[in-house]
Amino acid sequence: MKQLRVLTEKCTSCIQCELACAFVQTGTFQPSRSVIRVHIFDEQAVYAPYTCFQCDEAWCLTACPVNAIGIDPDTDAKVVMDDVCVGCAVCTVACPYGTMFYNPDSHKAFKCDLCGGDPACVKSCPTGALEYVDMDQPDWLASWADKVNRGFQHMQDEEGGNA
Amino acid sequence: MSATNTMHGWTGTVLRVNLTTGSITKEPLNAEWARDYVGGRGLGVKYLYEEMEPSVDPLSPENKMIFATGPLTGTNASCGSRYMVVTKGALTNAVTTSNSGGFWGPEMKFAGYDMIILEGKAAQPSYLWVYDDRVELRDATHLWGKTVWQTEEALRAEIGVPDSIIASIGPAGENLVRFACIMNDLHRAAGRSGVGAVMGSKNLKAIALRGTGGVSLADPQAYMEGQWAMKEKLRQSPVTAEGLPMYGTEVLVNVINEHGALPTRNHQQTVFDEAENISGETLTETRLVANKACFSCTIACGRVSTLPGEASSKYSVTTNPQNWKIAGEGPEYEAAWAMGSECGVGDLDALIKANWLCNDLGMDSISFGASVAAAMELFEKGAVSQDQTEIPLEFGSAEALIAMAEKTAYRQGFGDAVAEGSKRMTENFGRPEFFMGVRGQEFAAYEARAIQGMGLGYATSNRGACHLKAYTVAAEILGLPRQMDPRATEEKAEITKVFQDATSTVDATGLCQFLTFGVGLEEMLPQLSAATGVAYTLEELVHIGERIWNLERLWNERAGFTGKDDTLPKRILEEPIPSGPAKGEVNRLGEMLPEYYELRGWEKDGKISEAKKKELGL
Repeated sequence: MKQLRVLTEKCTSCIQCELACAFVQTGTFQPSRSVIRVHIFDEQAVYAPYTCFQCDEAWCLTACPVNAIGIDPDTDAKVVMDDVCVGCAVCTVACPYGTMFYNPDSHKAFKCDLCGGDPACVKSCPTGALEYVDMDQPDWLASWADKVNRGFQHMQDEEGGNA
Repeated sequence: MSATNTMHGWTGTVLRVNLTTGSITKEPLNAEWARDYVGGRGLGVKYLYEEMEPSVDPLSPENKMIFATGPLTGTNASCGSRYMVVTKGALTNAVTTSNSGGFWGPEMKFAGYDMIILEGKAAQPSYLWVYDDRVELRDATHLWGKTVWQTEEALRAEIGVPDSIIASIGPAGENLVRFACIMNDLHRAAGRSGVGAVMGSKNLKAIALRGTGGVSLADPQAYMEGQWAMKEKLRQSPVTAEGLPMYGTEVLVNVINEHGALPTRNHQQTVFDEAENISGETLTETRLVANKACFSCTIACGRVSTLPGEASSKYSVTTNPQNWKIAGEGPEYEAAWAMGSECGVGDLDALIKANWLCNDLGMDSISFGASVAAAMELFEKGAVSQDQTEIPLEFGSAEALIAMAEKTAYRQGFGDAVAEGSKRMTENFGRPEFFMGVRGQEFAAYEARAIQGMGLGYATSNRGACHLKAYTVAAEILGLPRQMDPRATEEKAEITKVFQDATSTVDATGLCQFLTFGVGLEEMLPQLSAATGVAYTLEELVHIGERIWNLERLWNERAGFTGKDDTLPKRILEEPIPSGPAKGEVNRLGEMLPEYYELRGWEKDGKISEAKKKELGL
């Protein structure tokens, strides 16, 4: 099964992915509605795009009291069914990765649905930092965590050195 | 105005804040002006022209500041990140249009505003907090005195919105340093002409923004086709696909130096023997951490540099940027020139540190470096003594450069003299001939004796000497769109006018000028029309640029400038370049200027003719 893969070392923080994601959903450029977010760590010069990696545990799906979240059989994406969602937002609390969102205008939850198998963020990325490829497991999270961790470690070391 | 709710590209709303009275109002954007001037530089200048008497003191409450975006700011058009600060320049007394990227301009659009107009002067240090339609003017007494980086950190924590985007001034702006800038996103600057001093004179420390709205499009499908086409072209251009991403703007150091056009030691020479040490190649090989893009930019020319190990403590400073020991942005080419070759400093680490200091303290690194260079010539020629300067201000001294950065921002000791900018400083010490600039603003990094067209561009630039108003270097050195002989004066009047007009239009759209290395107005046109729903033609876009250029000139006429100000320093006009590839050259402005006036349709003395005003609807 194909999965979204993030190569943080290629990211320049241009947020084209956020703009593409918002455009697919709203027809406008509204990054606050994007379900992919680029985290900018200026002090470490690390730019980390981050979105739902469609985890097997699917806490959002398990937590939903009205079964409004299903699995797309073609992509394995966990998908919110708007006509069933009652907007209780329990899924946004259940998700340990912070990749479930709530739309205050429509009163519905929303998340990455992999654009039905053709992710707009991947197409928009000018540096190839996002890929949609066959993978056994979502190992990209490890490299993301490692890079952030290295920056954090560096910061700790510096603080320790000054003390 | 009924059109407000149906505007696309533009948000249709202007935020007006009177700092004297504290009144905050939202008004519909003038749709007719928006069509005729587009946005950004164009629309900002139009509002300033209509609303303000140009003769006011730039540091008085009567001066207004306009933060203006364009209709493509906040879109995914590469690189729709720009906003423009339009005001009367503290350095120049002329109209200024200072441009910056990063993420601040788009956030203004997402909050719902095309422009923020600031009037008057706050009674105490204040900051403006804009969260969508909620707008508050708040006390900033506790932030006054903080550097730019400290301010961003403290303010973001205070307002409690992690995604807020902040533009602020540093100590330089507070202390009315004539070339203080406005910084956003830590390292991006609305740099030139002293817009930060104007903000400081208004007691405004910062504008923090958070917007959750979006930018809508009149014809989304046509728009998307247009932006894909433009991005494809950018991917094919050697400059936007390879040169800028690989080496940043610093790629130019060696190129310009090899042409004998890198001004050195306050323009006494035009070749710098240590250029390689401060070049983009050296920066990339030894000090680069990452490329950083502005909002929606597919080029990502931004340099994140670092000072590892001993390099970090090589030059001690009292305002050490402690939070950014690992990485910071820059230096860009212009900064590396001004603080590097123009001061004779060939140590890249010193330039990285001085550049960080300029960013953190909120100073234009170009005018700062060039003013220090002028001070160094005053010192060299004995016009100032070490009793006055306290430190030996010798060409090549990295220690002096870094010390002056702090002294200037805080106006300590001789820094108080440098903070006035090199024109006022050299006049004050009786050697005005050491001022290297036009209309009070220092030159950028291109020698006008070696690149003739740049001389005409500098002399006629409405905001004083500037490389961003007619970048004829593209044609004269880089061969874009076609190669021209940099030593010749033929056709330079024409190319300068064409570049000035086209650049004015680009600056009005909200896009970045660096696009023009890879694409032209014809690629921007489909996006602009589809975003706004206004069926612009290419001819109209060129016409709009000419209208903006003339309106700026008209504003300056009303502020007291005449054709006599369209000139260059004596050194550039009369002293031949002493050595290097351009040896023996002077700038032959006299051969180009009359032709330029004629092409512009102006009078022989440079006054805008009544016929031209009528033609442009001014």
